[in-house]
Amino acid sequence: MVKQRRIWSTAALFLGAFVFLFPFYYMVIGSLQEKPDTTVKGAFPTGGLTLHNYSEINSRVDLAQSLFNSVVFTGGVLLGTVVFGVLAGYALARLKFRGRGALFAVMLLVQIIPFQLLIIPIYVMIVRSYGLADSYLGMIAPFAINSTAVFVFRQFFLQLPEDLFAAAALDGASELRILWSIALPLVRPAILTATLLTFIGPWNEFLWPFLVTKDQSLQPLAVTLANYISNIAGRASNPYGAILAGAVVLAAPAVALFVVFQKRFTGAELSSGVKG
Amino acid sequence: MLTKVFGRQPLGTVFAAPYALFLALVFAYPLGLAVWISFHDYFFAAPGAQVDRPFVGLENYQTVLSDPDVQRAFLNVAIFLVINVPLTVVLSLVLATGLNSIVRARTFLRVSYYVPYVTASVALVGVWLFLFSSGGLVNQVLGPLAPSPSWLVNSHLAMPVIALFVTWKQMGFFILLYLAALQGVSKDLYEAASIDGAGRFRSFMNVTVPGVRSATSLVVILATITGANLFTEPYLLTNGGGPDGASASPVFVMYQKGIEQGNPDTASAIGVILVALVLVIALVQRRFLERD
Repeated sequence: MVKQRRIWSTAALFLGAFVFLFPFYYMVIGSLQEKPDTTVKGAFPTGGLTLHNYSEINSRVDLAQSLFNSVVFTGGVLLGTVVFGVLAGYALARLKFRGRGALFAVMLLVQIIPFQLLIIPIYVMIVRSYGLADSYLGMIAPFAINSTAVFVFRQFFLQLPEDLFAAAALDGASELRILWSIALPLVRPAILTATLLTFIGPWNEFLWPFLVTKDQSLQPLAVTLANYISNIAGRASNPYGAILAGAVVLAAPAVALFVVFQKRFTGAELSSGVKG
Repeated sequence: MLTKVFGRQPLGTVFAAPYALFLALVFAYPLGLAVWISFHDYFFAAPGAQVDRPFVGLENYQTVLSDPDVQRAFLNVAIFLVINVPLTVVLSLVLATGLNSIVRARTFLRVSYYVPYVTASVALVGVWLFLFSSGGLVNQVLGPLAPSPSWLVNSHLAMPVIALFVTWKQMGFFILLYLAALQGVSKDLYEAASIDGAGRFRSFMNVTVPGVRSATSLVVILATITGANLFTEPYLLTNGGGPDGASASPVFVMYQKGIEQGNPDTASAIGVILVALVLVIALVQRRFLERD
């Protein structure tokens, strides 16, 4: 009886997984077909696959440059988050300084008020007041330190035993030294988790880089592909094939990272960060 | 003296300063600026130019609230939330409970469910456009049952398709939250329930659902925020909030009015209204879901 139930729920879970994965499979298949075949049989082709769509999208948009821009944008955000976010998370968890409570409250508020709702004033500031349109700095600035990651860092630093710090302080280690050689090595897993979480933000972000870059040579891949979908696609011989080829290139790095590091992205790892 | 000004560990101020500065510059100041702009006759001017931007009181808010495009966008986001939030809560809790109970293939299933969450909307929209186009696979499978006009160009179906897309895309994250919350539900409670003769459904309703209530509250709030944020999907999936504004979201209207048409003042008013609504909804949901 119990066994039979388990078979049913396993079957339901696999069916659900199929629904979740099928669009990915279809994305890859569609990107390899010379002509779009939308019939059911076309979803399971037996031959005639080609890489032509990849060269098609590459000839329409500068894939290498777009990927490079995505890497710079994402790398800038990761650097800012890991350096300044770890410092802030450590201070919030272990140091008593004036304004700690207020900073913590604002950090929580940031998670509730979505960035998208602030695009007009941020656009006014960055593009109009500081003239940072079409620059990597303007792209990175609003995302430079990921608040969720700061939260994750704080939670992990809080979990470290107090004695460790007391002992180090007794030995006369400076606060920076304690952070660097005692606390940081212990929270390395948290840094990996927070880095993964932070990565998907800028890598997948569309609205902000779309607003801040008009110069095509500076646009990250998500923006380039979106512009291709909304403007140029109509003129290509197999627009869906080229779109899907671009989609595969955009999706692959994030999917690969998360499959490789899936252990770091479990409920247990995240809950300490998100729930607090 | 220093202790008095900076607290017991003044180094904390130094460590936290870059982040505090960041929050002040890209969060607190823009929030204030949004409110300020929304009360003034604000327009874009060349950097450094001295221009007069008179205070206009609630005029921008009046303009926005009486604008049919804006009303439509708020209605659309309401439709979105009515579909997305219940579906997200029920499906992610059921799937998380299922994942929690099985042993084999757990990693494979977990990864399958969160893969859409980590993938760019722009890439996923590409494949949904293909799947839901008028001659696409979904309509091929449905055959004579296919809706006409097709999904993305049908004013009754465009918003529900977007709601389904976002539910599918975000579900993996919410499953993870529930999986974490389920670890905190005591096994004894399930045993007690089964001794009392409760079946699987009853123990789910009487033990699991109350046991993960604080996670449910978080899921509802985060799903609502995601809904308020909607931009990429109406912009790309339904080709600019189409058909005829039937899937335009408030953020999309903000973009059109503020940046395309150069009226940052009315666009800011929309933003302020949305922030206020999100905060009110978050508070109400918190009270409602965490009553006891």
